[in-house]
Amino acid sequence: MNYFTLPLEEWTNTFINEWLLPVFGGFFNGISIVLSWLVDGVTSTLLFIPPELFALLIALLAWKLSGRNLAIFALAGFLYIGAVDIWIESMTTLSIVLVSTVVSIFIGVPIGILSAMNGRVEQAVRPTLDFMQTLPVFIYLIPAVLLFGLGGVPAVIATTIFAMPPAVRMTNLGIRQVPSDIIEASQAFGSTSKQMLMKVQLPLAVPTIMAGVNQTIMLALSMAVVASMIGAPGLGSIVLSGISNVNVGQGLVGGLGIVVLAIILDRMTQGLTKKTAV
Amino acid sequence: MSKIQINGLTKIFGQNEKAGIEQLRQGKSKDEILRDTGATVGVNQASIEIEEGEFFVIMGLSGSGKSTLIRLVNRLIEPTSGEVMIDGSDIAKMSKQNLIETRRKKLGMVFQNFGLFPHKNILDNVAYGLEIQEVPLEERQEKARRSIVDVGLAGYEQSYPKELSGGMQQRVGLARALANDTDILLMDEAFSALDPLIRKDMQDELLGLQNKLGKTILFITHDLDEALKLGDRIAIMKDGEIVQTGTSEDILATPANDYVSEFVKNVDRSKVLEASQVMRKPEVLISTKDGPRMAIRKMEEAGVSSIFVVDKEGRFQGVLTIDDAIQCQEKGAVLENVLITNIYQTAPDTPLADLIGAAVDTKYPIAVVKEGMLLGIISRVSILSGLVLGKEQEEVSNT
Repeated sequence: MNYFTLPLEEWTNTFINEWLLPVFGGFFNGISIVLSWLVDGVTSTLLFIPPELFALLIALLAWKLSGRNLAIFALAGFLYIGAVDIWIESMTTLSIVLVSTVVSIFIGVPIGILSAMNGRVEQAVRPTLDFMQTLPVFIYLIPAVLLFGLGGVPAVIATTIFAMPPAVRMTNLGIRQVPSDIIEASQAFGSTSKQMLMKVQLPLAVPTIMAGVNQTIMLALSMAVVASMIGAPGLGSIVLSGISNVNVGQGLVGGLGIVVLAIILDRMTQGLTKKTAV
Repeated sequence: MSKIQINGLTKIFGQNEKAGIEQLRQGKSKDEILRDTGATVGVNQASIEIEEGEFFVIMGLSGSGKSTLIRLVNRLIEPTSGEVMIDGSDIAKMSKQNLIETRRKKLGMVFQNFGLFPHKNILDNVAYGLEIQEVPLEERQEKARRSIVDVGLAGYEQSYPKELSGGMQQRVGLARALANDTDILLMDEAFSALDPLIRKDMQDELLGLQNKLGKTILFITHDLDEALKLGDRIAIMKDGEIVQTGTSEDILATPANDYVSEFVKNVDRSKVLEASQVMRKPEVLISTKDGPRMAIRKMEEAGVSSIFVVDKEGRFQGVLTIDDAIQCQEKGAVLENVLITNIYQTAPDTPLADLIGAAVDTKYPIAVVKEGMLLGIISRVSILSGLVLGKEQEEVSNT
């Protein structure tokens, strides 16, 4: 089938090495500084809190958002994390997840709002999101490394790209599914489009947006192991070293840590979603 | 100047607006245009004038374009052509800013499915129109509380819409429209989603509010009985066109075409006809200054056994029977003392339906009284003939 030769590989490399890096190197450097400051800040804050106090705080929050069962599970989970001595790694993973999620929301929700307000934006955004979600994750690990080096920052970038689509999609969906009679009522009383967005559409979209945030967090956690391949510290690197040393026990220890974090975060955000539902 | 003046207002949905307009001008029907151009005619060259303080009802079945028409009035739907003058300025040509201003200051709206904001409590729902005008919190809550009282929902300020019944939700919808204190109320099938008993209550209350507040109301309904009950004037729509405009009596008495007369055929006349339309002038009428002798002679002349009595200003006093008149004359008593005063009285605008029961129970005809003055009387016979004959009876009673 090779009727003609498509030198996509050279083009991409030339584009990145001879144009993107020289021109935007400073820009990427800036992002890198900000993100690493964020990740380091969050990690050291999480580690600064005594583990016992942290476990207690999360358990209380879990109780408030979800109920007693989750609170008990959270305590048991953190007991496990302490017992297998992966506290530092767990907090590092948690901080990468938190930073990626916050970045995803800050970028994703406004894009979602724009695409809900404007059909053309939606037409452009939708295939981009499909592309982001279907492109094998490993492929954007490479430019992430090229542009941001190894470590926590490229991990946050790759995780954000992978985890952002639900935030965009669910924001768009949440705003679009506000019943038309409510939109009409708001219009009939003379709302400007900004008032309608702030006072009617967004408040009514909050439960759907929260469901998107929940998915974003879950996707971000699922990137932990993959991101460790580009030097992201945390639970993922334990699993990765378990794989490379054929050490099943080590893999299980790290893997269960991810599961514990996933369940706590998932149930807590689901509880929050329910609480925001009208 | 009319409060709302609609001139040649047309809405065509679909791609081929221009071709559709052209064909409408040539007088082609809605179906032909759909077949030839693929364009759907929503409203076809409608013209209406609504006066200040008038209760104007647009009646039509589903698909007649009535809901589109009311949305063209506040431009929730962009008109294809024609004009909608609100207090003399054309809403179809307004800038976005003026449109928003006009909606805020002049046009309140009530919706069939209420359109309440589920995330706001009743107080905030009602205050919404003022909130977006950036009226200070206390002032708008004060106004909202007042209109919540007006619609009889005091005490529910902190509830949420889903906690209320349909009828109560629509009261909230009405209160929300009233809180803005606009001159005009647009009501899109406002009571259609309510069950019949609650609907009747709401109709009565709306009429009461209208009397009190003097709003100009444009009301949409598919229910002819509702239209006849509420409307000062009614426009009947079919296929996007207005086929007849007039008062209830106009429409009942002289339907413009077969379509309207088919509609009107099943109307319950007892709900439409009013006391003043079937009453007749009493055969005999004396003043209390005349003595019993005079009364007896008048009754003999007319061949009746009782007579309605008024004072010299025409104020209703009671009924005098011939027996009482004779006794009175023999004993030399005063006429006022023998009058029968517990006569059933009614106002001239009472619907006939409300009088049937009284007409059956009472021995004497019903007195139609306005501000104490006797306008006429209604006997059992005149109620029956009013129901059967309608218009003819009305003409007789006017002569």
